[in-house]
Amino acid sequence: MALLEIRDVVKRFGDFTAVNHVSLAVEAGEFFTLLGPSGCGKTTLLRMLAGFEQPDSGEIVLDGQNVASVPPEKRPVHTVFQNYALFPHMTVAQNIAFPLKMAGAATDEINRRVAELLEDVRLQDFAKRYPHELSGGQRQRVAIARALVNRPKLLLLDEPLSALDAKLREQMQIELITLQKEVGITFVYVTHDQGEALALSHRIAVMNQGQVEQLDAPEQIYSYPKSRFVADFIGQCNLLDASVTEVGAERMTLEISGVGACHTLPVAGAQPGQKGCLALRPEKIKLGASLPADDSDEVHFKGRVHDCLYLGDVTIYIVELDNGMLVETMLPNSAPGRAKFFDDNDLVELAWRFDAGHFILA
Amino acid sequence: MSKPVYGLGGRYAKWLISAPPLLYLLLFFAIPALIMVFAAFRFPGDYGGLVPLVDVNPDTGARELLLTAENWRDFLTFENFGRFFEDSIYLELFLKSFWYAGLTTLICLVLAYPLSWLIARSGKKTRDLLVLLVILPFWSNFLIRVYAWMIILGPQSYFSRVLNGFLGIFGIEPVSLLFSQFAVIIGLVYVHLPFMVLPLYANLEKHDMSLLDAAQDLGANAWQRFWKVTWPLSLPGVWAGVALVFIPALGMFAIPDLLGGTNSMMIGNLIKQQFLDSRDWPFGSVLSIMLTLSVLLLAAVAAWAGSRHKKKD
Ligand SMILES: Nc1ncnc2c1ncn2[C@@H]1O[C@H](COP(=O)(O)OP(=O)(O)OP(=O)(O)O)[C@@H](O)[C@H]1O
Ligand SMILES: [Mg+2]
Repeated sequence: MALLEIRDVVKRFGDFTAVNHVSLAVEAGEFFTLLGPSGCGKTTLLRMLAGFEQPDSGEIVLDGQNVASVPPEKRPVHTVFQNYALFPHMTVAQNIAFPLKMAGAATDEINRRVAELLEDVRLQDFAKRYPHELSGGQRQRVAIARALVNRPKLLLLDEPLSALDAKLREQMQIELITLQKEVGITFVYVTHDQGEALALSHRIAVMNQGQVEQLDAPEQIYSYPKSRFVADFIGQCNLLDASVTEVGAERMTLEISGVGACHTLPVAGAQPGQKGCLALRPEKIKLGASLPADDSDEVHFKGRVHDCLYLGDVTIYIVELDNGMLVETMLPNSAPGRAKFFDDNDLVELAWRFDAGHFILA
Repeated sequence: MSKPVYGLGGRYAKWLISAPPLLYLLLFFAIPALIMVFAAFRFPGDYGGLVPLVDVNPDTGARELLLTAENWRDFLTFENFGRFFEDSIYLELFLKSFWYAGLTTLICLVLAYPLSWLIARSGKKTRDLLVLLVILPFWSNFLIRVYAWMIILGPQSYFSRVLNGFLGIFGIEPVSLLFSQFAVIIGLVYVHLPFMVLPLYANLEKHDMSLLDAAQDLGANAWQRFWKVTWPLSLPGVWAGVALVFIPALGMFAIPDLLGGTNSMMIGNLIKQQFLDSRDWPFGSVLSIMLTLSVLLLAAVAAWAGSRHKKKD
């Protein structure tokens, strides 16, 4: 049975529904991420798990027990707050010892655990410092150590890295993954940064307007987004409006309006005549001055470079198709002796394998 | 990096800005305090004041200093300090005043803490209104407010009559509230309460509420959240309030005068008596100096205890 089960939970503030019929299950030991744009209800959901908010309906079951009537201080759930919320009047060691003291642990047990955790987060030399004497990344580690010290069943992290700069964030991401493996505690992680979510998580629940749009492993979310919202929110994605013309067992034929026909993998429930869009990641599209057209597994189109975005390692080419539709593609800048392959207004050919895209029914 | 460039007189600006208050303190605090210290070593004059050190020569009309290396014993003495320690009554009065001031401070703290917390936690509008109510008494004269208490506590007031009527049911003799230690404490608490509320409110208002969420999340119940988070973080406000209440309460004389009985005199009354009634300025000065020294000593002990406490953790 899952460690945490959220069953049809609804939370309203006045007549605004912040969390709208959310159901999901988190397995023990999992690194689970709630991903979504600002205001989609991630924090609200997390606060219900921690016990600071009560769901208006639905239930939260932790380790087989409905926690509705359990106050936050009694739940085996700890939170790493976005602003860390370290106690300013306590040293690093005292901060980390706090949950143990509250639980009434013996002094030598406290000392032992604090020393262990200080080592886990590599802050042995900072035990006697006060929070205001630490850098952002160090504070972050103290907050995590404090939340982990008496082994909660569930660790909730609300955008814990958002206050750090990009470089440090990347480093902390690696540390988080390592730490989670080491301690084996289930993490429920909230972020609005899709890159972070993809890098860290075992599974991701993409939320939008209080609802879970898709719950899947990162590769599934990225490659097979189930809705326009997910496709658009996660990474860069071309969404080509199309309608289904023919549905086969192996392939399905689409008509991309004004451009032409193309094959794709069939999706469940698709019927000829249905509208939708083809989600196509820029890096899955081949781009060249002329591409051999002998491969029947490939879809071919001609276009003209409309814009180039030079990013150093790669260049993004926005290609305009015959009907004026813009398609984003990407090539690594691997041409010897040249910065990039094409310039504005170059005539190019596009191609992608029939299974590179993914059709989303409207 | 180049040094920042200040405007004209930049380096002197801080002295310029602080000169008026410094001058004020020098003129009206430091110099009078020194005069008082000096007075404590002199003899009282026949009709108050001090035995003069200078005299006008009747022949020449010039002012001459009477004090010389030989006769300084006729003008300077330690006797005034001796007198303070000879009779235990003065030390007892000191102790009693400390007790009154201490009790007042404690009661003010106990009353002001929840009140300040409530004000700090209410909405912006209510908060402003409540702060206004706290300082509203300052809009009327201090003495008038104390007189009001004389009426409230007096035998004819509704309050006294209801109380005594109630006590009568149980066959208890009527009590007189006014002119008692009880009345003095009530008066002291009433007058000083705002000085406890305001610094506490200013402190509590700045508290980061997410710390309480964090404490609760990490397993602290309401009691622990208060004693482990709110209370230690409010200590600067507590100390400010304690100082603002304890020190003025210690030197208060008007309230014991008006509300107290014969046995509720405080140091302030004694000092006032020495200067205005007995006209013994030197002894009055001694009492004032002892009062100042004892407050300083208390502050030093508190600071020392505080630093020890911090080291221990
Ligand atoms: N106490 C509250 N009262 C009224 N509305 C609230 C309250 N808390 C949250 N909301 C609303 O609920 C919605 C979801 O808020 P929530 O904090 O869960 O968003 P979020 O997904 O965490 O966003 P962000 O990424 O910006 O932190 C928001 O529109 C917010 O305005
Ligand atoms: Mg949030």
